[in-house]
Amino acid sequence: MMGEKMNRTMNVLIVGVGGQGVIMVSKVLAQLCQADGHDVKQSEVHGMAKRGGGVFSHVRFGPKVWSPTIPEGEVDILVALEWAEGLRWLKHLKPDTGTFIADCQKIVPPFACRNRKRGAEPAYAPQTPEEIIEQVHAGYVMDATGMAANLGNARASNTVLLGALSTVLDFPEEAWIEIIASTVPAKSAEINRAAFAEGRAWAMGGDKRIDVTAGGLHKAHSEIHHPQVDTILEITEEWCKGCDICVKMCPERCLRLNDRLKAELALPDLCTGCQLCAWLCPDQAISVTNIPVTEPAE
Amino acid sequence: MTEALRQTAADPIPAGAARPLTGNEAIARGVWEAGARVAAAYPGTPSTEILENIATYPASDIHAQWSTNEKTGMDVTIGASFAGVRAFTAMKHVGLNVAADALMSFSYIGVNGGLVVAICDDPGIHSSQNEQDSRIYARFAQVPVLEPCDGQEALDFTRQAFDISEQFDTPVFVRSTTRLSHTRSAVVMGAREEPASRGFTENPKKNVMIPAHARMQHGVVLERERRLKDWLADNPLNRVEPGDTRVGIITSGIPYTYVKEVMPDASVLKLGVTWPLPDRLIRDFCASVERVIVVEELEPLIEDALKAMGIACEGKAYFPREGEFSPEIVHDALARAGLMVPRQNAAPFEFAPMIRPPVLCAGCPHAACFMALRALDARVAGDIGCYTLAVVEPLKSMDTCVSMGSSIANAVGMAKAGTETKPIVATIGDSTFLHSGIPPLIDAVYNGADITVFLLDNHITAMTGGQDHPGTGRTLRGDPAPRVDFMELVKSLGVSWVQKVDSYDTATLQRTLREAMAYKGVSVVISDRPCVLDPVRIKGPAMEVEQESCIACQACMNLGCPAITWSEGWHEGRHKVKIDPEACIGCSLCAQLCTSHSIKPIH
Repeated sequence: MMGEKMNRTMNVLIVGVGGQGVIMVSKVLAQLCQADGHDVKQSEVHGMAKRGGGVFSHVRFGPKVWSPTIPEGEVDILVALEWAEGLRWLKHLKPDTGTFIADCQKIVPPFACRNRKRGAEPAYAPQTPEEIIEQVHAGYVMDATGMAANLGNARASNTVLLGALSTVLDFPEEAWIEIIASTVPAKSAEINRAAFAEGRAWAMGGDKRIDVTAGGLHKAHSEIHHPQVDTILEITEEWCKGCDICVKMCPERCLRLNDRLKAELALPDLCTGCQLCAWLCPDQAISVTNIPVTEPAE
Repeated sequence: MTEALRQTAADPIPAGAARPLTGNEAIARGVWEAGARVAAAYPGTPSTEILENIATYPASDIHAQWSTNEKTGMDVTIGASFAGVRAFTAMKHVGLNVAADALMSFSYIGVNGGLVVAICDDPGIHSSQNEQDSRIYARFAQVPVLEPCDGQEALDFTRQAFDISEQFDTPVFVRSTTRLSHTRSAVVMGAREEPASRGFTENPKKNVMIPAHARMQHGVVLERERRLKDWLADNPLNRVEPGDTRVGIITSGIPYTYVKEVMPDASVLKLGVTWPLPDRLIRDFCASVERVIVVEELEPLIEDALKAMGIACEGKAYFPREGEFSPEIVHDALARAGLMVPRQNAAPFEFAPMIRPPVLCAGCPHAACFMALRALDARVAGDIGCYTLAVVEPLKSMDTCVSMGSSIANAVGMAKAGTETKPIVATIGDSTFLHSGIPPLIDAVYNGADITVFLLDNHITAMTGGQDHPGTGRTLRGDPAPRVDFMELVKSLGVSWVQKVDSYDTATLQRTLREAMAYKGVSVVISDRPCVLDPVRIKGPAMEVEQESCIACQACMNLGCPAITWSEGWHEGRHKVKIDPEACIGCSLCAQLCTSHSIKPIH
């Protein structure tokens, strides 16, 4: 990509989820660039990021770097340690010349699994690698986590991605290996060396590649058919003693105690028919029935 | 502090060597090179790493300590300055509100040993409760504020700040922002100087602020301002970069780098000091260009000052007064001003981004505490810490959060208002309680408030990345220290109902909270479990979900645990759940909630 010594700023954006090793990748790259005589700025934001939120790190290098952050649409290489995080930042990639390197690993946040309605799927990015790779100039969607796990430690997935990144940037292979070795703990030096080699070899296979297993991981959402149901929630007032366990534990907060201190369904539209109240009721006063709705014949 | 940082407390990097340093690391290096002898602070993002890095320099060179709050840290450094050595404190922008009382008077007193305060602002509110502009404090307290734009300037300006402090007899601010504090760039190291201690100088007229002395000193401060303005007009801290004279841009700090990025040819006046302003230099610069644009994040401090000087300039007419700047924002604003071609917005990838909010860690002891509060339907006055994340689903059990230590007194006020029908609970972490929770607890006891204080003791200052405090039994440098006994402390303040519970025992937790809420008067419940990340990462045998018996009620999902997600299995149209064994620490909270007894330790 670089050929002769660059006369402009190169922009690499590394993204992922807290704890994945985004900062390690950006540190290795920044050290490599500095050792090669470039001006470098590497910018990240800590704080809330550690708590399972998205993490991103900008690495910029060239003869003179001003802004610590990369302007939108100016990213030369986007390295994503997690699929949906890669998609989040894709609009920052240069449309005509940018390279997208992504692990196809999905980290589904608890927030995406909040819908208790029947047939609900996780609120996770639906885009497939095939759709995305068509739209980028160059792209690698790889099962970096799987490759690292096969080598003995899934956490070395970031080093697999470094291997892929090394094929796009013009630094000698030995320099990458040396800096990675000086960055990772001594006991995991060997596995990281192997992970780097594997990622590098895989990315050498072409500039638009999708791992076959990546396609599998992103198969279309479950085809299981969940018939529409009507939920009927009945409360036997005579048995209810007003302990309010159901009121306090209902995840949708749709129950309440009425004036007679009996439980009642106050907000039926919110009820998902999950039956938690029925299972928790010590007096078996609640019954929840989900009746399939017969669909009219076409 | 992490073990990795502690181990680096070896030989400092030699003078002349170049290393990529963050703004915070560079400020720490500058403090050490300037020969400061005492540094004290309370952690606060994005300033925390400054003191952590100072503690990597030899203890024989500099004493570094965590103080209980920012005012205490400021007062410790003021004491060191009185004693004649160079001293340093660091804090986030809102920490300065806490320390401001001492600062405002100390500005009148001036220094003996040089005193430098690093203030780290958070434009964009990455991890704070507001985005106040600390440069206004500089004008308010009449102390100079230096604004570095990269790592090298962060080091150099910090060193110079000590010289200015002693030359002009004033405390000096070095103002960073989140972007500078957490950006790495190449920095060339200097050598450490060893200024001789001046010793304590007896001078009550200067050091004791009674009204008669303060009236005199106020005049001294105003005269100091005049001398500084004059000195700064010719000082290389402020520099003109000549260019296209059709537009002259006045800027400082990180926004300067954005200006250079998007408009490299403009004439620029880069202000290294944004209060007091060098009037003479500014007038000369503005006279040399056709149009003056001020580029500053947050408040129009420079712009207003220029307008007060009668200089025609523009700034906030085009630039936002809120949020963090970026090259894009600066470009767009200059385009609005008619000075640049608007950006082409040809982004082909427009997805609705998936929501990935920060969450409490797997096994976080706070999770069960807030689930209990939600179940008990309490009115919860919250405070600052990781546990503020309980404001959103699925825990969704915090009603207010104002500032450090606010929760208890907020709860007192709610109780005294007499309008609340729910039980009133104040939640506060151990570090926040020591920071500013003790006086309001005394207030609650003294005034007979009917509230429950839920002291969430996770044995660390967690939110900022795991710093020690007087309740952990260790100092900043990791040495053993006396440990605050929260039970005894609370009792000694006059609280007669206090109980300690295990955060991982949901049944006892709920029962204890119920009893505490029923008690008339101040009750205190202390939940007791260490943070799962710091000081050591806790990892026990993971739990697993028996797929055959899981009935997909998803009661366990109410914890918001990031280790629990949906599995591929279904039950009555809902996903069953599964647990990521790598993330699970085995706290067993989900197993305690499981309605079908399907969650068990992995065998």
